[in-house]
This record gives sequence, structure tokens and C-alpha cells, in this order.
Amino acid sequence: MAYAATAGHGEHEHHPTGWRRWVYSTNHKDIGTMYIILALVAALLGGVMSWIIRLELASPGIEYVTNIQFYNVLVTAHGFLMVFFVVMPAMIGGFGNWFVPLMIGAPDMAFPRMNNISFWLTAAGLVLLMCSAFVGEGPGTGWTVYPPLSSIAYHPSAAVDFGILALHLAGAGSILGAINLIVTIFNMRAPGMTIHRMPLFVWSILVTAFLLLLAVPVLAGALTMLLTDRNFGTTFYSVAGGGDPLLWQHLFWFFGHPEVYIIILPAFGIISQLISTFSKKPVFGYLGMAYAMSAIGFVGFIVWAHHMYTSGIGVNARAYFTVATMIIAVPTGIKIFSWLATMWGGSIEFKAPMLFAIGFLWLFVIGGVTGVVLANAGIDFVLHDTYYVVAHFHYVMAIAAIFAMFGGFYYWIGKMSGRQYPEGLAKIQFWIFFVGVNILFFPQHFLGLAGMPRRIPDYPDAFAGWNMVSSVGAAITMAATLMFYYIIWHTFRYGKAAEANPWGEGATTLEWSVPSPAPFHTHEELPVISGGGHGHGHGGLKPAE
Amino acid sequence: MLKTVLALVMTAAAVLTGAGGVRAEPVVMEPRPWEINLQPAYSPVMEMVHDFHNLLLVIIIGVTVLVLGILGYVMYRFSASRNPVPSKTSHNTLLEVVWTAVPIMILVVIAIPSLRLLYFSAKAQDPEMTLKVTGHQWYWSYAYPDHDDLTFDSIPVADDQLQPGQPRLLAVDNPVVLPVDTNVQVLVTADDVIHNWAVPSLGLKKDATPGRINETWVRITQPGTYYGMCSELCGVNHYFMPIQIEALSKEDFAAWTEKAKEQFASKDKPAATLAGVGQAN
Repeated sequence: MAYAATAGHGEHEHHPTGWRRWVYSTNHKDIGTMYIILALVAALLGGVMSWIIRLELASPGIEYVTNIQFYNVLVTAHGFLMVFFVVMPAMIGGFGNWFVPLMIGAPDMAFPRMNNISFWLTAAGLVLLMCSAFVGEGPGTGWTVYPPLSSIAYHPSAAVDFGILALHLAGAGSILGAINLIVTIFNMRAPGMTIHRMPLFVWSILVTAFLLLLAVPVLAGALTMLLTDRNFGTTFYSVAGGGDPLLWQHLFWFFGHPEVYIIILPAFGIISQLISTFSKKPVFGYLGMAYAMSAIGFVGFIVWAHHMYTSGIGVNARAYFTVATMIIAVPTGIKIFSWLATMWGGSIEFKAPMLFAIGFLWLFVIGGVTGVVLANAGIDFVLHDTYYVVAHFHYVMAIAAIFAMFGGFYYWIGKMSGRQYPEGLAKIQFWIFFVGVNILFFPQHFLGLAGMPRRIPDYPDAFAGWNMVSSVGAAITMAATLMFYYIIWHTFRYGKAAEANPWGEGATTLEWSVPSPAPFHTHEELPVISGGGHGHGHGGLKPAE
Repeated sequence: MLKTVLALVMTAAAVLTGAGGVRAEPVVMEPRPWEINLQPAYSPVMEMVHDFHNLLLVIIIGVTVLVLGILGYVMYRFSASRNPVPSKTSHNTLLEVVWTAVPIMILVVIAIPSLRLLYFSAKAQDPEMTLKVTGHQWYWSYAYPDHDDLTFDSIPVADDQLQPGQPRLLAVDNPVVLPVDTNVQVLVTADDVIHNWAVPSLGLKKDATPGRINETWVRITQPGTYYGMCSELCGVNHYFMPIQIEALSKEDFAAWTEKAKEQFASKDKPAATLAGVGQAN
């Protein structure tokens, strides 16, 4: 098979070329690449928005964003972009598409054409979302879109409708993608690739796909009711018509809490691969890791109202949600300790992907322990809607996921592009980014404890100090982010040809058994897995060929 | 790492020294520059929040230092240069049981005071008076059903009209006045979008939701001025709908109610604005 360094398609392949290759694509690798490009575009948009937000917040007073509705639109769009159009497309659509078939020894996804429509629905959603910011007053509702603020009386233009339809499209794409991944993982594993031998990244995508399948339709229903409330006079969310604003909050968070696990579970999977590879050891406690993810996924569906402790839900409900939420700390702890135990006794190579994995652990632990604080309704009500929450979720979910994405990108870019990233530059980018995000988000704990609310463009003068520190961190983070885009360009322009397996003995999963870049078609003859014993996970896998 | 640990230790130190101070002078409780902890407590609920937070801080700092300490040790001890040959260990049942069981025990230690605090904060025992709070875009109005339905609006003071001593984005024209050492039941609602009535130093934060009446309570321990901000995104001026509470002794409060009834009677306003009733102006 030919594998030229340019694009990974051999001369003899019978597939469309030029724009048809991409627009009509049914190839899991090409679609994965398009998802990653989409995420890179959306990340730049969402990143610039966050930078404008931090610029406005650097010092007291309304200084740069004088149209405050526009400020609220930035806050809203930043959230939507990062959640729906950066992390999900990159992790699930991008890395999931690329590496699930490669890792389980499948030639492609189960439904290649559905894979195509999944991507293009997501892309159309991104276009609609960007349109929404330029319609009327724009959606200034926050990503939570709580009615009545999101109702026709307070957002009279079509902006919110654009946002709703954007999420509908992206959501439909996600549901179809989830079905595709589940069917692929259940039915297309190579001979010998039992469920308990799948790499943990595949496990993480499997659990994530189930979360998507069960959570996103709930969001779709809630959004549809909001759409009819706004346009056809229904009153699902209006007390005056027999509805209730709290109905939206329950439905939104019944989706929204699993959603944060949809974001972080694939990160768990990536981190497990990275730590195992660069410690040159199989993952410690493989079964515990796999079922901890499943447990996190399950419990994620029964804790939603911990986002609603101040909404007026009853005290017994708050007590239940407090206890249920704290339980999540147990499987999460299993994962943290198992990662440490994987590194223990290893022979650790501190390549850039590993640095990002270690950075992930740092962020996830700090963000995790503040999650244990926030789980308690008795103290959360003081911290609710303050910057403490902003700090918490950026540490534990947002930036942690970004670290996993950077790590995964550096880990797999050689396999995807055939060119290896510049190691030195990537390490520098890690350190700048790591320092930047900690300066950016750690002081926000202090602001939140002291009572600074979220989603405000101006604040009492006493909050000025830590806000300035936070904004300096944002500038450093922005520099590291732009450096990442430069590194991508540098990789494609000057990158050295990547070997089939650049990582050595630690990299045992099947994607390292195919050439770099991965040919257009792989596993046309199914590999036979005859790996190590039960429970060793991918550590014992060897392609039989 | 050192930086984070240092910051956490500083937080702990501040907890031990700064919280819950009792002063004779009327307090002015607004946010303080470079604050790294909760605002000081001036209600029994907030005092319990402080105690609980101190417990949590010890636990979460301990866990963080432990885990990141192990991480640092592992990075040092098992780097490829110091440990060229990796072990193949991938199971240890005892270890896995321990790191499942120990977190559960820690959570039980947290859950007991947590639930005690939650149930204490939920509802006033034998409330002596009621305050009705209504959120509007973008100001609050207050009603005193136990004092002849005394009702008034509390309008934020614009930056260019601040008097000396009034903090920016926190001061209002008519603060809500409450007596100290009194169990006050607070009923919170709104007449347009969802707002949130919050005063950090008193442990108050409750959504003001149109069409619903949410209940919370407060018992203020010191006369003084307490500031808070709206804590649910409610539109353009969300950042600028502050809450200002003046806490008076019971005698001063009684005198104030008489004076306020005259002052606000002339404004010809309908009684307490509840959800569904048009905005009063």
C-alpha cells in the first residue's frame, strides 16, 4: 500500500478527489480530520471571545464592551462554542472517528454515510450559532438559556431561535454520531478484541456515546418547547399559562450534567492512553478504570439538580442531590489513583503529550476537590453563581479537557498527518499554557469566595486585584493558544516524517501497527487479537499479523 | 505547585484569623480588596457555613497535597533516566479496595455536618417577621407584611451620583432595613425574569423566580450595612442591581418603620408586588 507523506491516500484508491473527497466523505479518517478542523476554527472564535471578556474584566468599569447585551452574547457564545463546537467535535467526532476504528481493528465506522451527515449537521449548527450573534440583540442568555430571560418578551428578535436551531442541528449530529459509535464498537471489533480488551479510549467513547444518546434528546425536547413558547404561544415555561420556569431548569440540567461528563470522559480515555504509553506500562486496574467510567456515566444522570440548589427546590431534594453528587468522587478517585499507580514503577518519558497528561491530573485534582465543596447544598448556595463555580468548572472540565486535547493532538498528529510535531516547541507551549491557565483561574476561587457573581461586565472595585491577575493569566494563555496554531503550521510545513510507532514499547494499541500517516483504508484484512490475559486491557494486545 | 500550595495555606491562615469577628461598631460589610476567603459571617447560617468551609478546606487541601505530592514523587522516582526498566504490575486488589473505601469514609465525614447545615439553613425557626422581596429588571422592591404592608423600591445609585462612602455598584437609594437578633422569614419572587437575592456575609442567596415564591431566612447578629449583588443573569443591567441591607437595633427598627410608613405612603404604590402584578411605577 502506498502512503505518501502528503495526504494519506494511495494512487489506486477509488474515492472522490478535490472538494468531493471532503464534502461527500464517508471515510472515518477524513471525517475525523474535518471534525478537528471545525474544532480548531471554533476554538479560535471561542478563545477570542474569552479574551475580550477577560479584557473587559481586567479593571473595574465598562471600558471596552460598551454594549452590555453584546457582552452577554459573548459569554453565551463562548460557552456554546467551547462545549458544542470545540470539545465535543474534537474529542468524539475527531479523535473518536479517527481512532475507534483503528484501535478496535475495524475498517471504518458502521454507518459511513451517517458519519458524513453527523459532521455536516454539526458544521451547519456552527454556522447558525455564529449567525445568531448578528441577529437582532443576539442571545444574551448564558449557555443555560433560562426562561423567562430567553422568552420572546425579553429576547424579542430571532437570535435565540437561531441559537435553538443551532443546538438542534448539532444535537442531531451528536445523536447520529453516538449511534454510529455504539454500533461500531459493539459489532465491528476485530476477532479477539473482546470488550475487556478494548483500549480505555474506546471504552470512554462508548460510555460517552451512551450519555449522548440518552441526554441530548432531552435537550432537544426542552429546546423544542422553548421554541414553541417563543413562537406559537405555548406556556411550558410560564407560570401564567400553567407552566413553570423550573421545568426548563430540570430538563436542561438533566441534559447538562451528563453533558459535562460527555466532555470529560473522552479526556479520561485519552489520558489513560498517554499515561500508559509514556510510562511504558499497561494501565493499572483496567477493569476498575472501565467500570469507574461507566459508574460516572450512570451517576451523572441522577445528580442534575445540584445546579439548582438556590432555585427553590425542597430541602429533602437538596439533601438527596448532595449525597448523590458526592458519590461521584469515589469512581473519580479510583481513576486518579489508578493513573498514579500506572505511572508508579513505570519508566516515564516526559514527551509533550505526557506533560499535558500530567497537567491534566493537576487541573483535574484541583477542580475535583472544589467539586466536592460545591456538591454540598449547605455551602453551595453561598458559592452558587459566583466565580468559584467558574474556577471549578474551568479547572475540572474545560481546561482539563483542553489539556487532554492538546495531549491527544501531539500524541496522534504523526499518525494522522504523517509528520511529527516539534518536540521542543510543544514543551514550551505546554509550560506557557500551564502557567497561564493557573494564573487565569486560580484567583477566581478567591473572587468567588468573596462573592463576585458570574456573567457580569463590571464589578465592585474591591474585586479589581484578583481580576487583573486573572486577566494577565488570560493573556499568557492566549499566547500559548496562538503558539499551538503556529505549531500546527510548523508541523505541516517542517515536521519530520513520522514513524509507524514513534513512541516505542509503551504504545501497544492497534493504531501504531499501521503506517504513518494511516492509509486511506486500514484493517481491510481484520487483525486477530491474541493479547495478554483478561483484564490487561490494551497492554497485552498484539496484532497477530 | 509551590504557588498553589502557598495560596491554599494562606487561605487556611486567613480562615483561622479573619472569619466571624465580633465588633461593637456598626459593620460595613462589602467585599474587601485581595480577599481570598468567604466574607465574614454576620448570621448564624453564615457562621455555620464558615465552620463547614474550614473543615472542607482542611480536607481538600490535604487531598490535593497528598495526590499532587504522590504525582511529584512518581515523576521524580520513575522517570526513564532513574528507572529504565518499567515494572509490569497492573493489579493490586488491596490497594484498589483501600482507595475506594477511604474516599467513602471521607465523604461520610463531610456529609454529616453538610446535611446539618443544609437543614438549619432551609427554614426559619419561629420567624418573628416577614420580608417580601421582589426582583425587577433592574432593581429590587421590598414589602413588610407585618408592618402595614410598608412597601418601597430600592434603586441602584448610578456611579456619578454616589455619595462619599457609598461603594460603586453596591449602594442603593433606599436600603432594606431589618432588625438585628430577629428571625426574619424572607420570601423572594420576581415579576419579569429570574433574579437572585444574595447577601454573602449573611448567608443569603435565593432565586427570585416569576410565579414562584421561594423562602429563606436570616438572623442578623450585628447592626450595620451589608451589601450583595444579583446572582442570576437577568439581562443587560444584571451587574448593577445591588442589595443593601441596613441592620438596626430593634428599637431603632421600630422607629424606622414609623418614619418609613409616612415617607413611602406618599408614593401611592400598590401593595407588595407579586408575580403577575404589573410593575409599580
